[in-house]
Amino acid sequence: MLEYKKDGWKAALCLAPSLLLMCVFTFWPIINSFIMSFLNNYHFALNREDVYNTFMGVEKSYTYIMGGRFTGIGIQNFITLFRDKDFLMALKNTAFIVFISVPATVIIALLIAVGLNSIKAFRGFFQTIFFLPYVTNTIALGLVFNSLFHVDYGLVNKLFNLVGTSWINSGATWGRAMFVLFIYSIWDGLAFKIIVFLSGLQNIDKQYYQAAQIDATPRWRVFTRITVPLLSPMILYITITSFMGAFKVYSSVIGIFGTGRYGPVGNEKLLITIVGYVYEQFGVQGMPFGVGSAGSTVLFLIILLITLVQMQVSKKWVHY
Amino acid sequence: MERELYLNPKELKRYKIGTGIGRFFTYLYVIIMAVFIVVPFLWMIFSSLKPTEEIISREITFLPRTWAWSNYSKLFTGIQSIDPYGQPYYSFKPIPFHWMFFNTIVVGFFTTAGTVVTTILAAFAFSRLNFKGRETLFTILLATMMIPGEVFVITNYMTLSRYTGWIKSANHLENYAALIFPFITSVFYTFFLRQTFKQIPNELYLAAKVDGTSDFKYLMKVMIPLSQATITTIIILSMIGTWNAYIWPSFVTNSIYTEQLLVSNGLMAGLRGASETTGPNSVLNLQLAASTMVTVPLLIIFFSFKKYILRGVSRSGIKG
Repeated sequence: MLEYKKDGWKAALCLAPSLLLMCVFTFWPIINSFIMSFLNNYHFALNREDVYNTFMGVEKSYTYIMGGRFTGIGIQNFITLFRDKDFLMALKNTAFIVFISVPATVIIALLIAVGLNSIKAFRGFFQTIFFLPYVTNTIALGLVFNSLFHVDYGLVNKLFNLVGTSWINSGATWGRAMFVLFIYSIWDGLAFKIIVFLSGLQNIDKQYYQAAQIDATPRWRVFTRITVPLLSPMILYITITSFMGAFKVYSSVIGIFGTGRYGPVGNEKLLITIVGYVYEQFGVQGMPFGVGSAGSTVLFLIILLITLVQMQVSKKWVHY
Repeated sequence: MERELYLNPKELKRYKIGTGIGRFFTYLYVIIMAVFIVVPFLWMIFSSLKPTEEIISREITFLPRTWAWSNYSKLFTGIQSIDPYGQPYYSFKPIPFHWMFFNTIVVGFFTTAGTVVTTILAAFAFSRLNFKGRETLFTILLATMMIPGEVFVITNYMTLSRYTGWIKSANHLENYAALIFPFITSVFYTFFLRQTFKQIPNELYLAAKVDGTSDFKYLMKVMIPLSQATITTIIILSMIGTWNAYIWPSFVTNSIYTEQLLVSNGLMAGLRGASETTGPNSVLNLQLAASTMVTVPLLIIFFSFKKYILRGVSRSGIKG
């Protein structure tokens, strides 16, 4: 093997654009968000003069940093966070989406992929249909689900004769609204998972199936004893990425209510999620960014934890 | 299938019946799920073409009886009504689709162009150049992919508002800058390109070196042309990403400047609150027409570039 010389300066030149942008828009936000979550009563103002004029002289006990002010370092933000019923609601809603919607979607997608793989007629046609939702706009399709479940004019209420049952309109209960979000999450999430599962199925050696056929193994046992174990790396990958995605759920909630909020008119925080909560904390100048940042730190820690747990799980039952 | 001859006739019969039933249920399941996927699309398109009387009628109709194509022109003109005090107002505000499409294409074009340039350079450094700390740096970049992008939003907003006047600026170009700059690099696309670049045999590089070709010329003349398919995938996914971007634009664009909106935000602004309108005032058909306007271009892109999109999907954990 020919050894070629070190090209440090060339590499620096090539990496400079990416790394500079990442320092500003990726690394700094990670650090800053972490710092902010430990600054008590952290308020942010748009520019230095604003900070000075708004806060100086009013409260001498503040320390000024990074275009904002704070009163001390500690875990005040996390205490505020966990005492806020909106955040607890957000945790509950997010947990439901993660632990109920994701497994359901993964199982449904796996069965569709296996089904598609075993049929011959119309296979390409069905594949195209199942891939369709992949590129759709979350807000646009959110509205479509809104209209499907509309209290007066929705297809679902007309079809099942549920006149006056409010799913996502005013007066909707948590259970009904969550059901709509659940259905929408499944609809929205299937395409990606089916695509990944199908590409995984293509890589399974046909010999296993031929051997099973010789032994006249029933389809169900072929599925549980051959397909699932051999597909387990894909299943794990999909579950991890879907869990991460589900923890960040936001646009689909906004979409299905069509109100720009997390619930129907009159109960606008019904299905608030962690990300929704984080965004709620800012927007207005001088808002307490610390609490929002604490929220995103919690989100990060949860995702980290889930990833670590799943890595442990993968050592136990995933067959590579 | 001569392999089945290993079974005695009785077993063979049972096996055949078993697979027959299996096949029946497979088709049944696949068909039901396909209907589930397709119904929202068809409901959206057909309902967008219904006149208001049909939308609000108690009957179950799927196809419009009268095809109200004028719904689409109403999107641009809006619907004016008179309030109880005799003042005219928009009961449905016109949606500035021409601006939304134009802005999204401009922002998408520059974001994509920037992303392609920065990721090609970075992927070249990571795959071909020899420098100290290459693997460590790459691992750090990959690790950032685990951190939810939502964590970045608050700090990026702070950074831009402190050091630039781009946030919620009345100026078109400044608004574009705020929408483009944070997104002109991507760890995932760098990773994706690096994988492709690594598949190009080393011998080509060494041969080019012998001929005195510079690294840059080699990148332009050999690596990029050989990686065209991957680059096409990146371009399409990045454009779709801008088309569906909702969160960041909703923070940095002031929605009162309707000529600055991107697709998702304009759509949300157009839909907001209107799902509660009832009776003859219902604009559900117009809302669904707006959703159709946003969805159809995506479907066209999807059908035209299916191959490239699916290539990217099977390797990605991100949607849009």
